[in-house]
Amino acid sequence: MKNYITVVGLEVHAELKTKTKAFCSCSTEFGAEPNTHVCPVCLGMPGALPVLNKKVVEYAVLAGLALNCEIQKFNKFDRKNYFYPDLAKNYQISQWDQPICLNGHIDINVNGEKKRIGITRIHMEEDAGKLVHSGLTISTSDFSAVDYNRAGVPLIEIVSEPDMRSAQEARAYMEQLKAILEYTDVSDCKMQEGSLRCDANISVMPEGATEFGTRAEIKNLNSFRALERAIEYETERQIELIEDGGHVVQETRTWDDINGVTLSMRSKEEAHDYRYFPEPDLVPINLDDAWIDKIREELPELPAQRKERLLKEDVPEESADLIVSNKKMADYFDEGAKGTKNLKALANWLLGDVSAFLNAEGVEIDDPAFKITPDHVAGLVNLIDKGVLSSKLAKKVFAEMLKDNEAPEVLVKKLGLEQVSDAGELGKMVDEVIAANPQSVADFKAGKKKAIGFLVGQIMKQTHGKANPGMVNKMLTEKLSQ
Amino acid sequence: MNLYDKTVHELHEQLKKKEISSVELTNALYDRIGAVEDKVAAYVTLDKENALKQAAKVDEMIAAGQDIKPLAGIPGAIKDNISTKGLRTTCSSHILDNFIPVYDAHVIENLRKDETIFLGKTNMDEFAMGSTTKTSYFKMTHNAWNLNRVPGGSSGGSAAAVSAGEAIWALGSDTGGSIRQPASFNGIVGIKPTYGRVSRYGCVAFASSLDQIGPLTRDVTDAALVLNTICGVDAHDSTSLPVDVPDFTKALRQDVKGLRIGLPKEFFGKGTDPKVKEQIMLAAEKYKELGAEVMEVSLPHTEYAVITYYIIAPAEASANLARFDGVRYGYRNKLATSAPEMTKKSRSEGFGAEVKRRIMLGTYVLSSGYYDAYYKKAMQVRTLIKRDFDEVFKKCDVLLTPTSPVVAYSLDEKMDPLTIYMLDVTTIPVNMAGLPGISIPCGFADGMPVGMQLIGKALDEETILRAAYTFEQATEFHKAYAPLGGDK
Repeated sequence: MKNYITVVGLEVHAELKTKTKAFCSCSTEFGAEPNTHVCPVCLGMPGALPVLNKKVVEYAVLAGLALNCEIQKFNKFDRKNYFYPDLAKNYQISQWDQPICLNGHIDINVNGEKKRIGITRIHMEEDAGKLVHSGLTISTSDFSAVDYNRAGVPLIEIVSEPDMRSAQEARAYMEQLKAILEYTDVSDCKMQEGSLRCDANISVMPEGATEFGTRAEIKNLNSFRALERAIEYETERQIELIEDGGHVVQETRTWDDINGVTLSMRSKEEAHDYRYFPEPDLVPINLDDAWIDKIREELPELPAQRKERLLKEDVPEESADLIVSNKKMADYFDEGAKGTKNLKALANWLLGDVSAFLNAEGVEIDDPAFKITPDHVAGLVNLIDKGVLSSKLAKKVFAEMLKDNEAPEVLVKKLGLEQVSDAGELGKMVDEVIAANPQSVADFKAGKKKAIGFLVGQIMKQTHGKANPGMVNKMLTEKLSQ
Repeated sequence: MNLYDKTVHELHEQLKKKEISSVELTNALYDRIGAVEDKVAAYVTLDKENALKQAAKVDEMIAAGQDIKPLAGIPGAIKDNISTKGLRTTCSSHILDNFIPVYDAHVIENLRKDETIFLGKTNMDEFAMGSTTKTSYFKMTHNAWNLNRVPGGSSGGSAAAVSAGEAIWALGSDTGGSIRQPASFNGIVGIKPTYGRVSRYGCVAFASSLDQIGPLTRDVTDAALVLNTICGVDAHDSTSLPVDVPDFTKALRQDVKGLRIGLPKEFFGKGTDPKVKEQIMLAAEKYKELGAEVMEVSLPHTEYAVITYYIIAPAEASANLARFDGVRYGYRNKLATSAPEMTKKSRSEGFGAEVKRRIMLGTYVLSSGYYDAYYKKAMQVRTLIKRDFDEVFKKCDVLLTPTSPVVAYSLDEKMDPLTIYMLDVTTIPVNMAGLPGISIPCGFADGMPVGMQLIGKALDEETILRAAYTFEQATEFHKAYAPLGGDK
């Protein structure tokens, strides 16, 4: 069998976080009662007309700048025509031949290797409503209802170059893109709620080939994991087809997450002819340089810049990558960093015990279920550094902090967990343990150095683990060597 | 003189002087409708109960000594493609047979603020596609000058209502001549304002880049009064122009001295009825007498206007009419077993032949592989048509043309669609260029009214109003009444 190269390009739809819809003043809030955030405009009532929400353009420009794009000053909208019950006007207001952003890129890092993924274009458009089926799937339903709350919510579609060569790279691109959109605060990026959606164009070609193979477009990729699995599955499917003497057909396929397979939706011949033409209800807009520059000035620190900053603070690269990829985590980290100098330890806590808790609960760091404030995590780090707490006891304190965010200093006292580092007190204990365990003392003196471990253990037991183990060890060794 | 034959400004004075009440006037209109509507068939829906309520309200305002606006208490008719909250709005289509809008068009909001009265909704060509009102799903409207003839279209119901004394004033919409041509066929005044002068919000879209709402009235003064109420920028319509609206009645001066009037030769082409042409040339003579300067001019791309219009308008219509799918409102085929089948059948059964023809045309010209050859090319030609006007307006202030090459023809006339389309040659270029145009009565041919069209520069409604008013005051044509003759 030949070696094959996978070629992946992604089309990502991100719902913009505007308060109101793209072309009317209805709320964009998620999860409201069906058809309560609607009006004549987003319901496509006869005679209603769209009026562009300026924020949509602002957010698209902000995203474009963050993704290193060239912003196009002349902007117009087009109608994309197709019939579907969730599309109130049976055309979508979109941008066709003149998108707002061109020629951007994202840098990704996979297994320590850096790679630049091109972004072909970003355009603005409106979302459709949602079909709600009476049964589990469309084919088993007696009827379907339509909820138009989402109809007219603004989207940007970000189209990448076919620059990715593996599922891993595609995932890294998607994660980095999500992080950038979160940093710029233009989108909620909730894949499970559909505010960030992804279609993948996948093809394979034999190693050394100069032309890409025929691609299939995979839809319905609702998580990073689905994206990875679908690319892996589709790669295998296409290679097998070719190896068996067949050929890949250009088509749209859907990812079946339950069975882990892609299924054909429609062939190229059945593809829609969208009959795009300029939207006559909206006037073209010209963005002026001053306005674009103002938005550029508002650009927040982006993941790459924040990573650089963390590296300078001695946070290991792997930890830095993990922290900056999650904006909420990174913001939490920055808050915590105000309270401690040991940022490496702070990072370890966030990626260790904190993440373990969040993962177990299935929540994000800003969820009310996670009660600990950043200053308290910093405080915990400081207590360890000062030798007040052993790392073992620190875990105990952390468990208590999770309950109602009490300060670690308070908990240490409350639980009586303060480490005993007082030389006088420890000296007394050392003398007592030597007196009470002549056999071990004899063993040590006879050269069995391990015997000291037993003696340390006795003191730790006696103090319920509060004695400073380093000091005890040192003092015992000194005494016994005299 | 019958109350129903008077003008808005005459009735306004009478209301203010308490010589008549609005309730009396409104009842007089409904009595007239009761007497002639079976002959004329101008209306799709009447709203007598609300109209009389509103009339009583205006009478109370007058009794209380309140100042009233010129349109207050004066009954008018609304073309049935303009959204009226709570009142059936059908576009004369089966697909909107029982459709009751949830909101008012911007123009309706403005008219309500002025406390006017809506008698009902008028018949039209289905979705404003046609120039005879014969493509209406509901009925055929008859010309009040000769009941065997067409009222023109697509605002044929509005024009016939005003002409037959079934409304004092009316609103129409004009995409390729749909206000001006029926105004001329019915011997009344009709204005298509500059594109963007009047908000399209709530006017059910046919061709978005061409549609414009405007008045149909008995004289130029009434047209100016209705314009005063309906014009102005609207936050709900991005294409409405953010410019100040003058008081159009201030333009109504009898003064055309030195006015440069152009006669574009392409508008008097082969298909022009010589008797129509004769009346326009007499009007030109009249203007000369009144002190205007008349010259022949040329708009060389006029011959392409109709064919490019029949690419652009259907293209936009094919998308605009896509929303009528049976999902949210309007006619739905209830036997279909899937959503695509429901949409297909609802549309097949809900739309008439002319609407389907234009949807197919529009779908075709936008199809992949044809877009550049048709739509894109048509848009380029549209720019050339606009430039022709820009050039000619360097030499003259207004253009004078026949509103239609012909007078109202027989209801039984069998013409193929293309022949009918070509008759819009005099009105379509004005929409393509987004300019204001007015049609006023200027004579008769074969016993039917002839209308002349005055075309102005963009946003210069005032000059065409002034020219129209001067002609009107110097002639008697606007004082003639439709005899409701001919056997139906």
